Amino acid sequence: MNRSQADAGADSAANKTLLALAAVLLLIPVVGLLWVGSYASVEPVVAGFPFFIWYQFAWVFLCSACTATALRLIQLARPRRTGGVR
Amino acid sequence: MSAGINYTALGVLVALFVLVTALGFWASNWRRGEHLESLDEWGLGGRTFGVWITWFLIGGDIYTAYTFVAVPAAMFATGAVAGFFAVPYTIILYPIIFIYMARLWSVSYRHGYVTSADFVRGRYGSRELSLAVSVTGILATMPYIALQLVGIQAVLEVVGVGGAGSFIAKALPLIIAFALLAAYTHSAGLRAPAMIAFVKDTLIYIVILAAIFYLPAQVGGWAHVFEAARAKMTALNPATGAPVGVFIPAAQSYWAYATLALGSAMALFMYPHSITATLSSRSRNTIRHNATILPAYSFVLGLLALLGWVAIAAGTKPIGLDGKVNVQLVIPQLFEDYFPPWFAGVAFAAVAIGALVPAAIMSIAASNTFTRNIYREWINPHATHAQEASVSKVIALLVKALALVFVLALDKQNAINFQLLGGIWILQTFPAIVFGLYTRWFHSWGLLVGWAAGMVYGTVTAYNLVNPATGNHFAGSLAMIPVIGQLGYIALTAFAINALLAAVVTVVLNVVKVPHGRDETTAMDYLADEGDARVEKRVEHTLPAI
Repeated sequence: MNRSQADAGADSAANKTLLALAAVLLLIPVVGLLWVGSYASVEPVVAGFPFFIWYQFAWVFLCSACTATALRLIQLARPRRTGGVR
Repeated sequence: MSAGINYTALGVLVALFVLVTALGFWASNWRRGEHLESLDEWGLGGRTFGVWITWFLIGGDIYTAYTFVAVPAAMFATGAVAGFFAVPYTIILYPIIFIYMARLWSVSYRHGYVTSADFVRGRYGSRELSLAVSVTGILATMPYIALQLVGIQAVLEVVGVGGAGSFIAKALPLIIAFALLAAYTHSAGLRAPAMIAFVKDTLIYIVILAAIFYLPAQVGGWAHVFEAARAKMTALNPATGAPVGVFIPAAQSYWAYATLALGSAMALFMYPHSITATLSSRSRNTIRHNATILPAYSFVLGLLALLGWVAIAAGTKPIGLDGKVNVQLVIPQLFEDYFPPWFAGVAFAAVAIGALVPAAIMSIAASNTFTRNIYREWINPHATHAQEASVSKVIALLVKALALVFVLALDKQNAINFQLLGGIWILQTFPAIVFGLYTRWFHSWGLLVGWAAGMVYGTVTAYNLVNPATGNHFAGSLAMIPVIGQLGYIALTAFAINALLAAVVTVVLNVVKVPHGRDETTAMDYLADEGDARVEKRVEHTLPAI
């Protein structure tokens, strides 16, 4: 197999829909936190914490959930190949 | 500040320090590989680290002592934009590295790359671009190592050691600490910081959780803490007539906050030490597993940032042994004021040991880069694996010695200025590395021109920022973004100029048909995983391309 065939066939087995879904999941936290105007406010205060502060803490967990789900999707989309030298 | 030396705290600090030193020396026997001395063994721990070791290693590596001192200090001094951006930065970091670091791991595993400049050399067949990437990496890392010493200095100063008196009294504790670090890094390589990272991170978690549950109650509760912070930040500074700082960003700082977070997140894994920690992992998805669990550190960092505001409510006075205000001392001082002496000692040890892990990894990464991309590429192309390992060990010592001289001989403001510049510089290697993981469309000379433009723009813009009160240059990281007309992170603006220019020059070079360099990688290499065959390098690849 020559070089260009190898390049074209490299990722053909992957499930593109799942990969696209994973990409969206990874994009969500980035958009959520870079859109500063959506959370730069004091209200609603929760347990003394301004919204600006607790909202960003909440993203620690949301982001973990997004990346964990994305990882699961990617593993489904590209099953571990088995066999000899690949 | 209490007069004299806090002996209880100092005793606990020294005891814990002795413990990690013993661990560091013992680490050379930990998970030792079968094969001969090589950079894979010494500089990457044999590429054997699984998810949990990698978690401790990367956590210990990128959440540095300086971060632990500087982020709350920034919160204390000027508030949310300068300080709290570290939280979104270290959250969006993980989806971002999730995307491309696995590809870098795979291609590096297949071709035995130890540094990002190795990859650039193989991908573009360009020695010049690879040199630019490696020099940038080393330049950006040096002040970062020096700043770890500033972290140790801050706790020693609060304990009452090393601030005043003769040069020897001031320098000796740091020299001892770094000599020990150098000794066990020399013998154990990357295994030493990986082992010490367990102790460092455990201490950090204990201290921060204790601080966050105990301290706010002592100063009147969280509502009072936020009220005190709001009062301080919104008050007008008599010298400038502007507010002291930012409590919650207003519309004019949205761009600043977002670009600081995004630019820093994109830059962090371009540093050689982050790449070293990633490449030392065992499999392609180790880094992705880590992207799901590393945010635990971001949570802790956020809590730590808030301690800067707790210190405002507590009325902490960060005054150094020389009698001057030094905001870097605010967290150690807060701990000394409110914790019993033995626990303050544990907290100080957490910061001091927190300096050793990144300092060790950074010096290993910088010396790997020097060895592979300067020594082997330009000085001794026929170097054996054993020669590479021994050169790297010597350079790692040299790098630590230079950092020590940097901090002891020069004003530490220099280290801070250079670290600020380092962040701007390192992001300029992003197009060559990350774009290269996906496409060979860019021409290596286009990337080089873009890199140079980004470096010059970033450096000049940062230099031209002058503090109106003190007249010092390098007064911050924010400047007006051309076209957009908002304040933004200089590094990201420089990156945009860099990428744009790289594209334009690529188009021009393609039109005049300047040949692209030789690419030794294939599309399959970017998806390789643990157990896949390594590519045996043929001799002509390692010889100069001319």
